[in-house]
Amino acid sequence: MTETLPKNKGPDKKDDKRYWLDDMNNVYKIFWALVVVCALLFVADAFYHKHVVYEFENWFGFFGLFGFTVSFALVLTARELRKLLMRDEDFYDR
Amino acid sequence: MTAEFPPGLLLIVGALLVPFLKGTVRSSYMLALPLLGIWQLTMLEAGTFGTMTTFGLEQTHVRVDKLSLLFGYIFYIAATLGSVFAWKINDRMEQTSAVVHVGAAIGAVFAGDLITLFFYWELTAISSAVIIWSRRTDRAYRAGFRYLIVQITSGLLLLSGTAMYANATGSIAFNAIGLDSPGGILILLAFGIKCAFPMLHNWLQDAYPEASATGTVFLSAFATKLAVYALARGYAGTEVLIWIGATMTAFPIFYAVIENDLRRVLAYSLNNQLGFMVAGIGIGTTLAINGAVSHAFAHIIYKALLFMSMGAVLHRVGTVKGSELGGLYKSMPWTTGFCIVGAASISAFPLFSGFVTKSMILTAAAEEGYLIVFLVLLFASAGVFHHSGIKIPFFAFFAHDSGKRPKEAPFNMLLAMGVAAFFCIGIGVYPEPLYALLPFPVDYTPYTMTHVVTTLQLLIFSGLAFAVLQRTGLYPPELKSTVLDFDFSYRWLLPRFARWAVRVGGHAIKRLEAGIDLRIAHFIRVVYRHHGPDGVMARTTTVGSMVQWVIVLLGVYLALYLVWG
Repeated sequence: MTETLPKNKGPDKKDDKRYWLDDMNNVYKIFWALVVVCALLFVADAFYHKHVVYEFENWFGFFGLFGFTVSFALVLTARELRKLLMRDEDFYDR
Repeated sequence: MTAEFPPGLLLIVGALLVPFLKGTVRSSYMLALPLLGIWQLTMLEAGTFGTMTTFGLEQTHVRVDKLSLLFGYIFYIAATLGSVFAWKINDRMEQTSAVVHVGAAIGAVFAGDLITLFFYWELTAISSAVIIWSRRTDRAYRAGFRYLIVQITSGLLLLSGTAMYANATGSIAFNAIGLDSPGGILILLAFGIKCAFPMLHNWLQDAYPEASATGTVFLSAFATKLAVYALARGYAGTEVLIWIGATMTAFPIFYAVIENDLRRVLAYSLNNQLGFMVAGIGIGTTLAINGAVSHAFAHIIYKALLFMSMGAVLHRVGTVKGSELGGLYKSMPWTTGFCIVGAASISAFPLFSGFVTKSMILTAAAEEGYLIVFLVLLFASAGVFHHSGIKIPFFAFFAHDSGKRPKEAPFNMLLAMGVAAFFCIGIGVYPEPLYALLPFPVDYTPYTMTHVVTTLQLLIFSGLAFAVLQRTGLYPPELKSTVLDFDFSYRWLLPRFARWAVRVGGHAIKRLEAGIDLRIAHFIRVVYRHHGPDGVMARTTTVGSMVQWVIVLLGVYLALYLVWG
């Protein structure tokens, strides 16, 4: 974190200090920085020789695309699973 | 103290003194014990001692080799971290049972035979149940009982398997067992329960999050990794473990995404990490076994770190439900930072501990030609970054501001987290000392261009997926909820089935009784007819008539005598 951090505050005491992350513009900045890093990592494949076991690992940007796709699918599947598996918090205590 | 004192007993005997000490003296004593243990391990030489023969079977109390030493060291390190983290706790029950638990786990990894293993195995079960109960809530009480039942079952399976094994082979030595040995399947099941194999796993997610902030730190390190050790010792290269391990890496992460209790999320990711180790043991090459046990070593530290950071949140806020947290970085910056180090380590970011250990398992899977397993492990690696790497720090410390401004964690907790974080980064940056401890010589370089770039691609793109899902609102929000898992079968179905069985069975018994009633009534009527007041068997005759008949008999007798005599 780049912002200055507060010293110990009493429990649950509201402080009015604005933090760097409180500004949504800065959150967007982080998001776009992430996009840029991803783009750089994606093109990095062009600049070195991969030592791999399977042929598909050599596909351009395979690990990036794989990571993005399976994570996306993981969350969407888990979201659907909620419909099946989610119960009230006191489900077992009733 | 001689060096030939069983390493586990050191703590178990040492624990007897814990209840009689107070305050700082007790905390210092609890810290001194594992440090003394580490010192003892440095004195031990490879070999066995404490051998005795009972009923013709040779027991070996202590067997020292590279594998047992590695687990001995990491267990003592975890106990040291836990003692610092729990410095200010004043709970005789929890502290005593924690020391016993550590001692039992260490005794078990040094056990040279299955009976000694069984003894310590059961002791870890009982001591950890007491740790859970020490939270003294109703939920902890019940979860502790469920936990104990499952763990004792594991012990009984181990004992039955051992009996069959000893009967067939005449030996109880704990070496490679394999599935083909008599009792081999039972012993594997026993290990499998403790290692949280799929369907046998739910005690973990059920019980660990119910212990206290400090108790869970102790629980997370020992029992499951003891099972990993036992599998590495007994079942290295057993192919079915590869598939079991791959399943374990994949399915808990779906739960981790939707679970609200962040310590339960960590329990799911613990389960997922065990899967990597189990798969490595199943592959069974020297690279894979090195990967599995070194991953266990690194895992114990970063998992303890993550549980400590959530423990600190629980200690300060009173809850670790994602739905009630957020924005804590503002008042708990150090805890946030340490949590992120733990998260980076479990996600296997370059320069963090998980990177230099887990990659051995993935490389072994690829090189041995297990394509599907390799892809599943890749998926799980992306997934673990998603739910442990991002979700835990994000929902606890960032996300929407909950308005809560708890104090930073106490100094002792920060110190424990700081040392753990130091280890996480230290192992990641400089893995050679850990590699030197591994059971087989290490011929592996984690930091190659290919490996660093592909890992970063996998992880950062996974992070991008999280960011996109958050921005588009597709990411499932943290909701107060219970998520049904396999424990549904014994916490919901089984009690209802039992009640149904009693009700239906009750009716059946009534009907049966009615049927029996009829038969009994008939029987009574028959008996009554013959033996009742008017029954033929119950008629009385007078004494006079009896005498009369005797006289007649005697008369006939006399007559016969006179005729033929």
